[in-house]
Amino acid sequence: MSLTRHDVENIAMLARLAINEAELPVYVDSLSKILNFVEQLNQAETDNVEPMAHPLADQVQRMRADEVLEQDHHEKYQRNAARVEAGLYLVPKVIE
Amino acid sequence: MTELHHQTLSELRAGLRARRFSSVELTKHYLARIERFDSQLNAFITVTAESAVRAAEAADRELETSNAPALTGIPLVHKDIFCTDGVLTTCGSKMLSNFIAPYDATVVERLARAGVVTLGKANMDEFAMGSSNETSFYGPVKNPWDLKKVPGGSSGGSAAAVAARLTPAATGTDTGGSIRQPAALTGLTGLKPTYGRVSRYGMIAFASSLDQAGTLTLTAEDAALLMSAMAGFDARDSTSVDVPVPDYLSALDQPLSGLKIGLLKEFFEKGLDEQSAKLVREALSLYERLGAKLIEVSLPNLPLSVPTYYVVAPAECSSNLSRFDGVRFGHRCDNPSDLLDLYRRSRGEGFGPEVKRRIMTGTYVLSAGYYDAYYLRAQKVRRLIADDFARAFSNVDVLMGPTSPTPAFDIGAKVDDPITMYLNDIYTIGANLAGLPAMSIPCGFAGELPVGLQIIGPHFSEAKLLNVAHGYQRETQWHRRIPKGFI
Repeated sequence: MSLTRHDVENIAMLARLAINEAELPVYVDSLSKILNFVEQLNQAETDNVEPMAHPLADQVQRMRADEVLEQDHHEKYQRNAARVEAGLYLVPKVIE
Repeated sequence: MTELHHQTLSELRAGLRARRFSSVELTKHYLARIERFDSQLNAFITVTAESAVRAAEAADRELETSNAPALTGIPLVHKDIFCTDGVLTTCGSKMLSNFIAPYDATVVERLARAGVVTLGKANMDEFAMGSSNETSFYGPVKNPWDLKKVPGGSSGGSAAAVAARLTPAATGTDTGGSIRQPAALTGLTGLKPTYGRVSRYGMIAFASSLDQAGTLTLTAEDAALLMSAMAGFDARDSTSVDVPVPDYLSALDQPLSGLKIGLLKEFFEKGLDEQSAKLVREALSLYERLGAKLIEVSLPNLPLSVPTYYVVAPAECSSNLSRFDGVRFGHRCDNPSDLLDLYRRSRGEGFGPEVKRRIMTGTYVLSAGYYDAYYLRAQKVRRLIADDFARAFSNVDVLMGPTSPTPAFDIGAKVDDPITMYLNDIYTIGANLAGLPAMSIPCGFAGELPVGLQIIGPHFSEAKLLNVAHGYQRETQWHRRIPKGFI
C-alpha cells in the first residue's frame, strides 16, 4: 500500500490538520510504511472470529440514576479557553 | 543513617512513622536533588516546590496523630498526563503548554488522600506516543545510567526521576509498554495493572481500550503500597471495573514453590539482544531454585501484536484527540480566517510530528472503505492474541520473558524510522491488547545498562505478580543499584 501526496492531503483534511509543504513528503513516506507494516494482519485466519472491542469479557456500560452530580464550573473551565465572552466560547463567524 | 534517597518508599514510610526524620526534611531533600540534578536529565516539566513543602508540613502534623493515612508525608511525582487541579498539565505537548487543569485525576486525588506530597510533574512523550521520550515538546529525557541514552517512553520522565533518586516513586501510564519499557531501561520496578483496575478519570486519553495507569518504583513492595491507594472502582471512569481490591502487601511474602512459569517462546526468538537474553534466563533459573517450575509456552499470534496495536491505538487516538480544537482549551492559532482554518492550524501547530502521524494513521484506517480491512481485522486479530494468552493461563500461573529487545539505545538512533521505534514495544504490547496486568523488574546489567524481566499474569492477578516480583527482589540486589552520577 503506497499513499500519494493527494491521499495524505485528503487524510490531513479529514483529521483537521494543517500540514505544511515540507512535512508532506515525510508523511507520504512514513504513513505508507506503516500501512505496509500493518498488512501483516492479512496473514491471520480471522473467519468467524468475533472482533474484540473491550479487553475484559462481559463488561457492559453501567447505568446510573439520573441525578445531578456535578456543580457548574464553567467559569473555572473557561479560563483555559483562548477567547471567551459572556460565558461563550468565541470562534470565527460561521453563518453569514 | 542511610542517605534518605537510598531508601525505598517502604523504608521511608517506616522512617517517617518512627519520626526518624520529618516529611519536610524528606521533601526538601528530594527538592534539593531535583534542583541539583534535573538540568542533566530533563525529567521534570513542572516542579511544585512551594505546595510540596506546605503539604509536607501538613503531613508532619498528621504524623503526630495516630491515624495518619498509609502514605502520609511520602514524596511522589506524577506523569504529566494526570490532571492536577490548578497546576500546569501538558501531556508533553505544545497543544497543552498553557493548560491549567481545573480538577484532579482520580489517581492524583486518591494518592493525595493517602497522604503523598507531590513534588511535580514528569516529562513524557507527547500524548504518551513514543518509546524513547524524544517526542516531548519539552525535549528528550536522558537516561541516568548513561546520559547519551534514552530512558524509554512514554513514562520516561517518571522513570528517569525515580532511577536518579529525585523521587522515591512516580506514577505512569501504559498503553503499549509505556511503564514497563522505561522501567526496564532505567532499572526500575514498573507495574501496569489490569485494564480497568485503576481509574482513568482525569488521565488524558490516548487509546481508551488500552490505556492504564500504574507505578514506577524501586521495589515490588513499594508498588504494592501505592497500588493499595490507587486501585479500585471509580464511577467517573466508565471502564473502571467493580472488583474488590485485595491486600497487595499481605500477599508479598507467599512462597514461590510450585509456581508454574510459562516461558514465552516467541520472546526468545530473533531480535532479542544476546546479553539481555542471558540475564533473563539467569533470572528464570533463580525462580527454579526458589521452587518454581518452568514450562515453555507458545502464543502463535503474538508476533502480530505490533501491527494490531498500530491499527487499534492510532484509530482510538484519532478519535480521542479530536477534542483539541483550539476553542475550549489548548493551543489556538493566530488570526484564523474561518472555523476550518482555526481547527486545522491550531491542531497542525499544537501537535508534534509523531502525534500527527498517529492521528492520520488512525483517520485513514477508520475512513470509509478501509474500516473492515484495517480496524475490524485488527480487532479480530486482537481477539486471537487475547485467546492465546487465555489458553496459556489455563496451564501456568504467570508468563515471563524479556521486557525490551535491547537495553537503552542512543538518543536520536531511532527517531527517523517509526517502524523501528514501534518494534521496541514488541514484548509489551500483547498485555495491553489482552488487558492483562504485567510488570518489569530489573534482572541484571548489560555493561552499565539495566535489563528488565517481564512478568505477565491473568486479569486481576496484581497480587500474584507483586508476590512473584518480591520473591525475586528478596534474593537479588539489582533494584538497589544507583546510577554513578546520582549516588
